[in-house]
Amino acid sequence: MSRIASKFEELRKKGEKALVVYITAGHPDMETTCRLIPALAEAGVDILEVGVPFSDPTADGPVIQASSQEAIRKGASLEAILEMLRDLRKVTSLPFVLFSYYNPLFVAGPGRFARRASEAGVDGLLVVDLPREEAGELRRHTDGRGLDFIPLVAPTTGEERMRAILEDASGFVYYITMTGVTGTGRPAEEEAREKLRRIKELTPLPVVAGFGISTPDQAARLAPFADGVVVGSALVSLIDKTRLRGDLLAEVCRFTRSLKAALGPVP
Amino acid sequence: MKERMPDRNGHFGVFGGRYVAETLMPALIDLEEAYREARRDPSFRREYRAYLHDYAGRETPLYFAGNLTRRLGGAKVYLKREDLNHTGSHKINNTLGQALLARRMGKRKVIAETGAGQHGVATATVAALFGMECRVFMGEEDMRRQAPNVLRMKILGAEVVPVSAGTATLKDAMNEAMRAWVTDVRDTFYVIGTTAGPHPYPVMVRDFQSVIGREARRQILAREGRLPRYLVACVGGGSNAMGLFHPFRRDRGVGMIGVEAAGAGIEAGRHAASLTAGRVGVLHGNKTKILQDEHGQVRDAYSIAAGLDYPGVGPEHCYLQERKRARYVAVGDEEAVDAFRLLSACEGIIPAMESAHALAYAVRLVPTLAGDDIVIVNLSGRGDKDVGTIETGG
Repeated sequence: MSRIASKFEELRKKGEKALVVYITAGHPDMETTCRLIPALAEAGVDILEVGVPFSDPTADGPVIQASSQEAIRKGASLEAILEMLRDLRKVTSLPFVLFSYYNPLFVAGPGRFARRASEAGVDGLLVVDLPREEAGELRRHTDGRGLDFIPLVAPTTGEERMRAILEDASGFVYYITMTGVTGTGRPAEEEAREKLRRIKELTPLPVVAGFGISTPDQAARLAPFADGVVVGSALVSLIDKTRLRGDLLAEVCRFTRSLKAALGPVP
Repeated sequence: MKERMPDRNGHFGVFGGRYVAETLMPALIDLEEAYREARRDPSFRREYRAYLHDYAGRETPLYFAGNLTRRLGGAKVYLKREDLNHTGSHKINNTLGQALLARRMGKRKVIAETGAGQHGVATATVAALFGMECRVFMGEEDMRRQAPNVLRMKILGAEVVPVSAGTATLKDAMNEAMRAWVTDVRDTFYVIGTTAGPHPYPVMVRDFQSVIGREARRQILAREGRLPRYLVACVGGGSNAMGLFHPFRRDRGVGMIGVEAAGAGIEAGRHAASLTAGRVGVLHGNKTKILQDEHGQVRDAYSIAAGLDYPGVGPEHCYLQERKRARYVAVGDEEAVDAFRLLSACEGIIPAMESAHALAYAVRLVPTLAGDDIVIVNLSGRGDKDVGTIETGG
């Protein structure tokens, strides 16, 4: 069983929901990211989305834009990120999902990228600007290598399209809880509950909810309708605020534990 | 080129497609469907043609530039006078079409990105005409160098949203417009100004701009009884060039030359010549040639012409280049400024700095041709907006 599947299985037995967090790799620098990842695992993160910074992140709000710009300026590249993950894989079994725009993967070469990612112990891919119509070029290389291709379902996705998306999903499904970019606005909770219920009727795969979730409270409200929640910009923003104070790791871990505490076990 | 271009997912060979967040996919599919129906609907086509004629002022003249022809010595130079359209450029051809489509789809809000401000003005204009709410995203650097257009948009009732990210130019404005669209996708129509972006925009913008080439072809046949040797047009995203080229695509004897901005120099790495010096990648919803580093990070483009200052290009241009149906060259800031001054002085026509790039290449090309050859240069816009740039030297 894949690391992602066994993680959800383990959580299900414990009656907990998955805490999925996003960080931009290389923000504020690669060394900090490298120390942060094991600490996040320790603090209760169940699945980590490792953001590959891209110069033109059109699905991201100001927080992740700024973190991406800084990471790129300081030399974070797909190569360097995969190398870091390969080293970290020796010390942690935390499932890694590479969160990227397509261009860095395309330029690396889909075949070569698939090989490198798989060797680095990456478990899943979430390519935000690669809808199913265009995904074949990448999936031809990644599907046979134990790399789950995690699809996104949006509030605008209709029934027929949702069925098609779920048909070739693997790993888990990511439901986008609002129309918009990351880190702005709040989840459209009522609509999200409805869509999450429908997705779960259509697929046996776990479903996580993300976009606009920034507090333990919001996480707790969505958790009953999903198998996990994703927090991204709130964490990146906290990293940004605490980076110069020397207590970055402690603060980030404290926030992470508060999020995890909101996700069960169901009393 | 007998095969159907683009294919059903918007591919021109390996180029094009739809690379956007899932949130936008249903909107793009709806748009494609609505556009397909509209273009087949005689009443839509009639209305569009009527607005082009009565409101935009078409057809535009194909002007024999006698003074310039004598000055250069060689082929006869004709100018397709898109600068004489209402709002001062070819952009109105497309915004009228997209606004009529938006109205047909029941959308009352439109957004747009703009570089030189010509597309922004053309969008603000049709929004005023059809009573739509309009937001235009524009880089702060472009707002500075194209200030007259910012004022025009505001007078027309549009909100101009300054974009300070990156180099604060067209690429960043497009990023921000895409972010705004993903947020308000349910009630907002995104009016893209060029033949780039996710399918169906490249084909839709091409179709709306093809009126340029259709007229030019008819006009030159009526005037000279034969087709031109070359078509020359500037290429940023490539909408005026595609509009001129497309109706001539089956005329094998007609050469097509797209002129990109070499800015301060290709070797210096400060340019906007994606077809000349870019590599295949994915940006702004389509696979195309872009300026990027070896890690796939998009590089900043540079040109004195805000409308060309973009690190990507329309996918169909990549396809025409690959199939060798069109040729692409690059002209730098200085040469473009010289051509700007030349046309102003010898024909009494102040061209847009973007169009001056096409003229500059014509200045090189025309003297090498025979006296009975014909060259049509697309004068895509007028240069009022650029007089400040010329005066202050950039």
